[in-house]
Amino acid sequence: MKRIYPDRDMCIGCGLCVLGCLAAHSKSHDLVLAYKEERAKGLVSRKRLIEADEVCVAISCRHCEEPECVPVCISGALSKDEKTGITVYDADKCVGCWTCIMACPYGAIQRDKYNNKIIKCDLCAGRESGPACVEACSNRALKYEERQS
Amino acid sequence: MTYVIIGNGIASLGAIDGIRKYDRKTPITVIGAENTAAYGKPLTSYLLAGRISPERLSMRPDEYYKGKNVTLRLATYINNIDLEAGELRTSDGEKIQFEKLLLATGGTPYVPQVNGLKGEGVYNFTAAKDAYSLIESVKDLKRAVIIGGGLIGLKAAESLYNRGVEVAVVESERRILSLAYDEEAAGLISKRVEEAGMLVRCGVSGKDIVRDKNGKLRGILLEDKSFLEADAIVIAIGVVSNIRLAEEAGIEVDKGVVVDDNMFTGKDGIFAAGDVAQARDVIFDKDKVVPVWSNAYTQGYYAGRNMAGNESKYPGTMSMSSISFFGLPTISVGEVNPDPENPDYEIYTFFDEPKQSYRKLVFKKDQLVGYVLVGDIDFAGMYTSFIKFKFKVDAQTRKRLSQGEPDVLMWPDEFFNKAWNPDSK
Repeated sequence: MKRIYPDRDMCIGCGLCVLGCLAAHSKSHDLVLAYKEERAKGLVSRKRLIEADEVCVAISCRHCEEPECVPVCISGALSKDEKTGITVYDADKCVGCWTCIMACPYGAIQRDKYNNKIIKCDLCAGRESGPACVEACSNRALKYEERQS
Repeated sequence: MTYVIIGNGIASLGAIDGIRKYDRKTPITVIGAENTAAYGKPLTSYLLAGRISPERLSMRPDEYYKGKNVTLRLATYINNIDLEAGELRTSDGEKIQFEKLLLATGGTPYVPQVNGLKGEGVYNFTAAKDAYSLIESVKDLKRAVIIGGGLIGLKAAESLYNRGVEVAVVESERRILSLAYDEEAAGLISKRVEEAGMLVRCGVSGKDIVRDKNGKLRGILLEDKSFLEADAIVIAIGVVSNIRLAEEAGIEVDKGVVVDDNMFTGKDGIFAAGDVAQARDVIFDKDKVVPVWSNAYTQGYYAGRNMAGNESKYPGTMSMSSISFFGLPTISVGEVNPDPENPDYEIYTFFDEPKQSYRKLVFKKDQLVGYVLVGDIDFAGMYTSFIKFKFKVDAQTRKRLSQGEPDVLMWPDEFFNKAWNPDSK
């Protein structure tokens, strides 16, 4: 399966990927509306920009082959789609116990406090041109490709 | 060649996935005592609180079982296991053949030393049927006493409280949450619970259930001679491993069914996983029954892989709890109550009372081995990474961890690239 690979050597921390993700997951699909209005109603980017000294990297769910979050999910809201390889999240089933946030050692799951749910990357499933964050990245610091192991 | 799994909980789901990773064809039969598909036991309290409906209990859709070629035998009880013959006998007298057998029989409710438990008004709280019983009765309840101040008991208390019942919690230990959390975190949660209007009594045990002449429950007399009036008493002290079948079959048991790192019992073809299993603890490096939800699937998964002939060592159990009380989220992972006399440990704590934010980190020599978070839990996963991957922690990293917002850039560079950007140029 194709995954998103962050290259921290190429990342300059511009945050365009965060904005691209935000717009792609908004109702309006308009960046300004997403940023100015929908964020106030709980919209959060699935992409997180991490910066430390002169190094930065943008991370999101790795869609691990054997994810730590799926086994601990008490409601079955998280599951592994065997065909696509995506770690699928069903918000309707989620009860907001935060066990996945504790269990994921990659820090890839965020708390959506507004709705008492979680926020995680869905690889922009269904989006024709692929993940919005990769498309938005002008530096090629995010690559969407298949790799061994 | 057939696989049989006794027990239909989360460990069974792990086993199914583990088997099917290597063997896609051989039939799997799952035997469940309850007449319901596998569900998350922790959801019992959400069910009781009315926050989820019964239809949402099921962990997996029906298609999951069909897709994995699994036959579900619900409401089926096993009387005994005949190891020599490779067969099980049901309470109806039916015989079920197996070649590989997984014991995932879970736990049974711990029964406290209280006189008069049998009879009207006394409930357990470890399964959906217990929640259903309470839901049926809840409209007539004014007061309830929860015996047990652990994770299960407090969630039961919160659920009944949310249904409008007056609730008291009785805990025999000196404080609530004595196993999962440290004293400070337990104190914060206790305060939250009491501010909500619940009574919490610690350091005292129940002694006698008191009923009137007609057998109707009146309340409970405690060891300290105080009396708590109650229309319902809920026993929520957790579970003990359900080892009866294994013991009677001659399989080695201690507190649980003893297994090696392959979840193997030592008897040809017989494995165990979940609350019934006594497996390696990743922190203490000794065998332990850790009846924590998060471990059951993983144990089942490794048992399944081994049952399918792929030798795989179970990486070990780490205590993990994530639970909220009246909106206050709390997380506890690994070793959080170390021996204060042991010089190998160093403990860092942070507390912000106005924000109700608490953080505790437990270091042992050059590693993080445990943490507690109350309130601000968003960086829990990063702390987990330091425990899980056993990163060496120097003074500078220790300081960064203590500041409360760790990130992946604190990882060793080589490890980061391997995890996030493998085969990068």
